[in-house]
Amino acid sequence: MIRLENVSKVYKTSTRPALENVSVDVGKGEFVFVIGPSGSGKSTFLRLLLREEVPSRGKVFVSNFDVAKLPRRRVPRLRQTIGCVFQDFRLLTNKTVFENVAFALEVIGKPAHTIRKVVPEVLELVGLDGKADRMPRELSGGEQQRVAIARAFVNRPLMLLADEPTGNLDPDTSQDIMLLLERINRTGTTVLMATHDQSIVDSMRRRVVELDFGRVIRDDARGVYGYGH
Amino acid sequence: MRASFVFSEVSTGLRRNVTMTVAMILTTAISLIMFGVGLMVVKAVDLTKDNYLDELEVAVFLTDEISKKDTNCTAQPCASLKQDLELNPAVDTVVFRNQTEAYEVFKKAFKNEPTMLELASPQAIPASLQVRLKSPEQSGAVVKGFSERQGVSLIHDGGETVDRLVDSLRVLRNVTFVGSLVLLLAALLLIANMIQISAYTRRTEVGIMRLVGATRWYTQLPFLLEAMVAGAIGAVLAISGLLSMQVLLPSGFANQLENVVRFPGTFYTAFVISPILLLTAMLISSLVGYVTLRLYVRH
Repeated sequence: MIRLENVSKVYKTSTRPALENVSVDVGKGEFVFVIGPSGSGKSTFLRLLLREEVPSRGKVFVSNFDVAKLPRRRVPRLRQTIGCVFQDFRLLTNKTVFENVAFALEVIGKPAHTIRKVVPEVLELVGLDGKADRMPRELSGGEQQRVAIARAFVNRPLMLLADEPTGNLDPDTSQDIMLLLERINRTGTTVLMATHDQSIVDSMRRRVVELDFGRVIRDDARGVYGYGH
Repeated sequence: MRASFVFSEVSTGLRRNVTMTVAMILTTAISLIMFGVGLMVVKAVDLTKDNYLDELEVAVFLTDEISKKDTNCTAQPCASLKQDLELNPAVDTVVFRNQTEAYEVFKKAFKNEPTMLELASPQAIPASLQVRLKSPEQSGAVVKGFSERQGVSLIHDGGETVDRLVDSLRVLRNVTFVGSLVLLLAALLLIANMIQISAYTRRTEVGIMRLVGATRWYTQLPFLLEAMVAGAIGAVLAISGLLSMQVLLPSGFANQLENVVRFPGTFYTAFVISPILLLTAMLISSLVGYVTLRLYVRH
């Protein structure tokens, strides 16, 4: 599903590489934590998968896409196979819950009848049925993140990238969000989650890829956060 | 592509930056009005020229002596002057106009100005040879040489008057074109600005659009259409402005002007100038929009 082969990324403005000779292979349906301190290269890792950046060296494959070589006009196709969730939710404050989720389908040209059918389904999946008409400001942080997850998942992507999705949430709410991500993972969706949250990583016992100064220093099939420090 | 989505984005965008949009529309409208006036003057130059050239005559005025003695141009030097003019291949007809006839023409021309009529008498107006040319533009070349001839007091070349009139119309045209260019530049910058502001206020939407895999058309078309709609509104305002200027202009003033300069009618404005203005506005706004998006909005 995801394969990085000897990938290095050097930003023009930086003296040291953001990623250095990283090779990672993630299979379909896997749940992977990408951990590491700030500046270790987690975000660059995710950005490479989305073709927000291109590697300075090495190859990046996402499903059948050779990401670095992908012509610009095909980048949207790649991104349609990936759902994204962020720490700051990134909801549109002037749209309702339903409209926020529908937006992701509207902008890729899905017909209205499909939208009317699948949006309520995904809202139910994330546990927000009955809140379709609420505005984001009327929701708790956890609920807002659920809307963001619904939006990321509504087009049934092959994988979900989550960048610190629990970073703004209290531990209990974080746990709920993790359950939701697990549920999504069980549908066969690959989940890649960058996080600092030690307790979550420890409790989930999933694969852990740890980055430090742009290098992979650990890749455990069932890891915990603290190991290696 | 879902048209309803794109159009709702466009109308939200226009309403969100309403002050900017209004500024852009007005600047576009005024620059297009000036451009339109420029185009009208271009047409007016042609019409005026045609109008005058049709009736253009060169008047070879004869001396007092001939005017008084030779009332039908049979004696010398009038007869040879007439003959020489007639032999010139560029000349169409030559008509002798004696003092009495000239006075009649004068009376007709100034029938509304009694003081002028009182001042003039048949003896004050010289006889002349009225020369009509085959090709009116060549008036200068034809009369050259005749001013020195015996019996000629003065040559009035109608072509020179037309040239002077046309020259001043050209100045007017250039002034309006330069003015419209300057304003058009302001309009361009406003369009570019409008799109940047629009893109900035909508950066979250655009960010999400990019992430969920919206094509470039989907992310950028609303901005482009926004600029084009604003441009088109500006053009419509300019067109209605020009037409109402033509219609509402006091008719007395228009008539007086009409005696000197032939301006194109509202038909010309509506069916020739208007499409040009509309196309210019749409073309320029979409072009500027496209360039701005390429430069400032990442995809």
